[in-house]
Amino acid sequence: MSITPAHFLGVAVLLFGVGLLVVLIRRNAIAVLMGVELMLNAVNVALVTFDRVYGPARLDGQIFSLFIITVAAAEAVVGLALILAIYRSRATVAVDDLRELRG
Amino acid sequence: MNDWIYVVSFYGAAGAALLGALGVLLLRNLFHAGLSLIFSFFAVAALFVLLGAEFLAGVQVLIYVGAVAVLILFAVMLTQRITSRHVKNYTRALVPALLVALGLAGVAALVMLKLRLPAAAALPAASPLDELAELLLSTYLLPFEVISLLLLGALVGAIVLARKEERR
Repeated sequence: MSITPAHFLGVAVLLFGVGLLVVLIRRNAIAVLMGVELMLNAVNVALVTFDRVYGPARLDGQIFSLFIITVAAAEAVVGLALILAIYRSRATVAVDDLRELRG
Repeated sequence: MNDWIYVVSFYGAAGAALLGALGVLLLRNLFHAGLSLIFSFFAVAALFVLLGAEFLAGVQVLIYVGAVAVLILFAVMLTQRITSRHVKNYTRALVPALLVALGLAGVAALVMLKLRLPAAAALPAASPLDELAELLLSTYLLPFEVISLLLLGALVGAIVLARKEERR
């Protein structure tokens, strides 16, 4: 019984699946953002795993993860600001209630 | 180098990460879901340590736990009414969502089973931090600068979006 890279990839897949479910079924927009963060985390785990697999000679996976973390922070900041603005004008953050653009 | 303590820590970290994620999915109180998210972030940082990426683990704790999670908790507190924990928690698209998530995870698992990883990969290896820094400031210098611009733009944009409108 030893831990292989496949174990880490399995965790990444499961984490991504749960994050996707959160995005798809939670009703609160902030919870949807949390799901996005979970999915980004899962991708980071997979990237770092591949970085390890393809050897200490290449560190591109870790660099990519760093960039993803930065972009995730930017995304969270803008997303939460948008949610706050929506809450101020609509007094709700439920994604079901925001359907003005529906035909 | 796969001794038992490595195996135990892997299963501990993986279980904690998944448990935290499930908490985000299932907890009705959004504030509790946010705390569960922090738990999951910590566990993912532990996974990074197990993968030999200590610097990324530190970044994960600093950025995700220290910044993103706190931001999310702030947003929860600013937008939740006390009564709102009794409102409906899930959208109606429960079954299609389950199908999509299961299908995607299934496809990813299939691809992973087909994958032939190089056998030489010994998992825990020291992460050369100086090489990482060098790479970031040589090969990846342009993306590095672009992403700092992106972050600056996002922060300014967030302030503009979130400030109160002035009456004139």
